[in-house]
Amino acid sequence: MSAEQQERAVRCLVAKVGLDGHDRGAHVIARAFRDAGFEVVYSGLHRAPDDIVQAAVQEDVDVLGISILSGAHNTLVPKVIEGLEEYDAFDDTLVLVGGIIPDEDEADLKELGVAEVFGPGTPMEETIEFIRNNVPERA
Amino acid sequence: MDRSDAPALGDAPTLSAADATLVDDLLDGSHRALARVITKIENRTPGYRAIVSALHEHTGGADIVGVTGSPGAGKSTLVDKLAAAYRDRGDTVGVIAVDPSSPYTGGALLGDRIRMGSNVGDMDVFFRSMSARGQLGGLSTATADAVKALDAFGKDVVILETVGAGQNEVDVVRTADTVAVLVQPGSGDDVQTLKAGILEIGDVFVVNKADMDGAQRTVAELEEMVHRREGGTTGRDAVRGGSPRLRSRGRVRERRVRRARTGIRRVVDAGGVRDRRKHR
Repeated sequence: MSAEQQERAVRCLVAKVGLDGHDRGAHVIARAFRDAGFEVVYSGLHRAPDDIVQAAVQEDVDVLGISILSGAHNTLVPKVIEGLEEYDAFDDTLVLVGGIIPDEDEADLKELGVAEVFGPGTPMEETIEFIRNNVPERA
Repeated sequence: MDRSDAPALGDAPTLSAADATLVDDLLDGSHRALARVITKIENRTPGYRAIVSALHEHTGGADIVGVTGSPGAGKSTLVDKLAAAYRDRGDTVGVIAVDPSSPYTGGALLGDRIRMGSNVGDMDVFFRSMSARGQLGGLSTATADAVKALDAFGKDVVILETVGAGQNEVDVVRTADTVAVLVQPGSGDDVQTLKAGILEIGDVFVVNKADMDGAQRTVAELEEMVHRREGGTTGRDAVRGGSPRLRSRGRVRERRVRRARTGIRRVVDAGGVRDRRKHR
């Protein structure tokens, strides 16, 4: 009967938004998520917020991790969240932001609905544990 | 496991109210519902079989095109361009791209989406990445049912991109109406073209990276191989609407019947039907 056992996997989208060409961090995170047993979709570089929304909806991900090092988070993250809401996909998607985010902006992002912000030097295990503990329950 | 989910001979599996709404939403064109249905199929969430069987009567409208070839041959790039070409003709497109899962952790890095540059922002291209989840044939167990979901949603063409294939990942021929095999120049001598396996299943052969040395030679070797069976084909129209080999709709029908048989066998092998008999 093993063929019919339910197989739940955590699906993540690792996304790069905007004109930020630094993806080493996103690659390292994607690899760590893979090693944690997650299914990781990588968006590729220079995506518009709409592209990220399209990817998150079509891939039906549990977790959306946005990597931003360009400083444009206050412009781009709200657009992504609005898009998710438009498709009714915001409520059961865990939205995380990683990169260079000043402390004063972190609170605003969380206010918008970002679950957590991970800055430089965050141990990989911390991010993975956070996802395991907070991944949305789905029917 | 949930016994009520196992289909028995004679009665259709029952659809829960929530799943019935999901099916209706999918048929109404909700992308979110389509995505969620595919997730349920992938996870084998209890009730998924009832969903697939409810969708079944809405399927059959899509042309299913398989694209296979070795890792790095250019499958994803070709799929992107194919999807764009179909869109130019006014067709809607669904894509399922399968990447391998880790034998150690079960995790997967699904990177095919990166190549979909020509279709970003176009919601009429529904692109879904899938992990092979340990299956070795180039597709995952859920792929055939996920194709059904895209077909029922109303996609005109469903493109199925396999895991980077070696010689023996041939499951795609059981799921697709037409199979395109990508070959890179310098993939070995002409004895390779005599071998059974992946080169047998191609309806269309694509020699990619044709600017590399040896492309002409590869084309010649493949042509020789194809001439040993029947006429080869060229171009996009070969795929959509039928290559010479497939031009007789009979051949497509034959494949579809074979596919249905494969599907039935899979359900039986999964134990659903046999176990139910035991319960009587």
